[in-house]
Amino acid sequence: MIRDQEFLSDIAFYCIENSKKLGATDVGVKVIHSVSENVSFRNKKLDESNRADSFAVNLTTYIEKKKSSINSSDLSKSNLEKLIERCIDATKITPSDENNSLPDKDLMSKEIRDLNLYDETHYPNDKKIEFLKNVEETASTEEKIVNTEAGFTENKNNFILANSNGFLGGYKTSNFSSSCVAVSRINGAMERDYEFGSTRFLQDMMKPEEIGKIAADKAIKKLGPKKIKSEKIGVIFDKRISKGILSTLASAISASAIARGTSFLKDQINSEVFPNSINIIDDPKIEKGLGSQNFDSEGVETNSLKLVENGILKNYLIDTYYGKKLNLKSNGRSGGTTNLYFENGTLSFKDLLNSEKKFLYITETIGHGGNIITGDYSVGASGFMVEDGELTYPVSEITIAGNFKEMFKNITLANDLEMKYSTNAPTLLINQMTVAGK
Amino acid sequence: MSNFFKETDIDTSQAEAIVTETLKNCDDGELYLENHKSESIVLDDNKIKSSTYNSDLGYGFRAVTGEVVAYSHSNDISKESLRKSSDNLKDTLKSKKGTYNHEIPKTNNKYYENINPIESKTFDSKIDLLNSVNNYLRSKGSIVNQVTANFLGEHKSIEIIRSDNQVLKDDRPLVRFNVSVVLEKDGKKETGVYGVGGRQSYDDYLKDGSWKDVCDEAFRIANVNLESKPAPAGEMKVVLGPGWPAILIHEAIGHGLEGDFNRKKTSAFHNLMGQQVASEGVTIVDDGTLHQRRGSLTIDDEGTPTENTVLIENGILKNYMQDRLNARLMGTKSTGSGRRESYKHVVLPRMRNTMMLSGKYSQDEMISSVDKGIFAVSFGGGQVDITSGKFVFNCTEAYEINNGKIGSPIKGATLIGDGPSILKEVSLVGNDMKLDPGIGTCGKAGQGVPVGVAQPSILINKMTVGGTKL
Repeated sequence: MIRDQEFLSDIAFYCIENSKKLGATDVGVKVIHSVSENVSFRNKKLDESNRADSFAVNLTTYIEKKKSSINSSDLSKSNLEKLIERCIDATKITPSDENNSLPDKDLMSKEIRDLNLYDETHYPNDKKIEFLKNVEETASTEEKIVNTEAGFTENKNNFILANSNGFLGGYKTSNFSSSCVAVSRINGAMERDYEFGSTRFLQDMMKPEEIGKIAADKAIKKLGPKKIKSEKIGVIFDKRISKGILSTLASAISASAIARGTSFLKDQINSEVFPNSINIIDDPKIEKGLGSQNFDSEGVETNSLKLVENGILKNYLIDTYYGKKLNLKSNGRSGGTTNLYFENGTLSFKDLLNSEKKFLYITETIGHGGNIITGDYSVGASGFMVEDGELTYPVSEITIAGNFKEMFKNITLANDLEMKYSTNAPTLLINQMTVAGK
Repeated sequence: MSNFFKETDIDTSQAEAIVTETLKNCDDGELYLENHKSESIVLDDNKIKSSTYNSDLGYGFRAVTGEVVAYSHSNDISKESLRKSSDNLKDTLKSKKGTYNHEIPKTNNKYYENINPIESKTFDSKIDLLNSVNNYLRSKGSIVNQVTANFLGEHKSIEIIRSDNQVLKDDRPLVRFNVSVVLEKDGKKETGVYGVGGRQSYDDYLKDGSWKDVCDEAFRIANVNLESKPAPAGEMKVVLGPGWPAILIHEAIGHGLEGDFNRKKTSAFHNLMGQQVASEGVTIVDDGTLHQRRGSLTIDDEGTPTENTVLIENGILKNYMQDRLNARLMGTKSTGSGRRESYKHVVLPRMRNTMMLSGKYSQDEMISSVDKGIFAVSFGGGQVDITSGKFVFNCTEAYEINNGKIGSPIKGATLIGDGPSILKEVSLVGNDMKLDPGIGTCGKAGQGVPVGVAQPSILINKMTVGGTKL
């Protein structure tokens, strides 16, 4: 069972009081309990069952403008007492930084709205097993599928965030997720693909047959890939990876990257960064949203933000510390974005594929080839060639490369946005990129 | 050594009794206890950005029968919590019956001392050193735009209680010291990163001003990159420098030779045992026994002593890396490769220090044999799809080679290749094997563990370079 608010608040108060007794002028603390149950299957047999019961305390103490932190999974008061003492000792000898402080009181979240983030339903392990059997049954129908793996995870969380300015807030959240990985084989060569669903409520989970079928179909379609020759070509990003463009944007407009001067978008506020048809929104208050929250990781109220409006960069993602450095108020983005998405484009998926004679359609990238400082981008990729609007053959062992500044300006969006993850994008085309192959 | 049952309502013999009772009808399993202390102190933008101390304590209780793993972990070391975990494991495996394998090799070897690096250097002196790093780098001129430096130190005590009261223990120190510098010149910004570390105290790596070498190296890399031109795109010859570029070996070959993927036949290598998978002259080992190295372990996380496992000998595939579960199912023995990130994670077969051994050629011979290609000296990181065998890694310092001569530096680019075939493209193996500086972390199934790599310079006949210049 997940521990209640009272149990977590008790620990939070204990930490605040003891820190103050030892000389802290300000204190921030988070206490978390999570229980997670996971079952995984392989080739229609039970493979692993895993139960996790985890506690965490994250405490930050301030003495004027000095700051230090501790984290602990051991909630016993004797242990916490020792750690608080250690934290205060470290705080005393850490150099001051004028930007260290708790958030401004008037920015703190005042009320907690029920965003429908907690489903108390417990899905027992034998039900999970039933679900996974159906996933794998569907995934392994085709002869070309030689291996399947499937998993179901149920996660329940509760937390309390408190500080010495009197803020206290917290709530329960839940998450159900299920995945299937299928391996296909032809002539001794194998390919792997997957499908994945994640929801706040059990009733919203994809059907097991759907998960299995999508994973298998995708793995089979990838069989027999070719390596293409190097060329400049329009690259279409499948929905599974197009959201990566938004994650890059989020890193580049975080107040830390801007304040440190380590972003390719430094000094670009109120400038045109995307084509004028593009709007990008970060909305924390979506009911049942996977990225939804009432307040950020410092307790600051979060509201919907238009990050990009008609192609123009309008807002950074600001926390208290870097906000002070930039002379800007926190906009409740300590901890990053919430539910981040592109507003839908106008072209249908089909029309996008038909908008030129030939495209490269990418379904997967590998490697960490994005450089936030310079904007340079180069990653391994696999996908399909598109000719006259049709996916003609699978492609692999190639790279795609460009620079984000240029790539952002050459984006065309399809109108097939789905809210499946916490960061979501429709299928998108980037006009010209360099593909390296043969 | 931690006493995990002090201050709890349970003693060692009661815990042992629960373990023996829970595992009596299982093939394998153990109670794994962990007390993990770690610290992170970061200097950034001229300030001490954060100082954090972490204290993590918990257990992971595992029961294995056949192919099925039941696992339960918790922070609460108590009679009630262990009983609950035990019931959970028994319930998962209720329809199965196994025979416990009591055999586990013993060792008296130790590859590192039981020191606590966090306590063996004062907090003050760490702050002082970080400030010295900042001042030293910034004194190199106004070209220095940003400096980040950090200490990461940890001490992990583990105890493994197996059925019938077998207890195995290990205490593992680990440190890492990192410097990152951003330079700006003519509106262009580039980064250089360098770090050192291993299973010793911080001062073993930083004494006598050797921290300045770390700074100088980060500065040098950033400086080289300021002059970089767009990288070429397409297939060409690639010379890899010695040391850290062995990420290539780790990604291209290492993951594909882990026991689990081969038992499940999802690795591109699963049917290649005993076959030629690399050019003659290529020998690759995975060694857990190097003293004080980042990837070394006295015993693995199942209690098996580590060893030096030969993976590829003169081009022939010889062994996979095994934990106990996969070894049992494949009819072989554990190679001491069973690892987990923490008590929160199940054991998987993992790499330790993966090394390609020296051959006979000099780096100069390699470079002068290349008409058109690139020379890659340092990498950021890599990734592999073990099923298709395709792997990538990102250059952070590379140069073009024209007519046998090293030319201009080129921008960071991803290199992509095919694991099972890449080692057949290795045409020359250098005589200059070098270990990496002690900075690697390998990710698999969401678990990060410290690893090392090593290799000599090598010449690869053909690889795809993912630049922008056609």
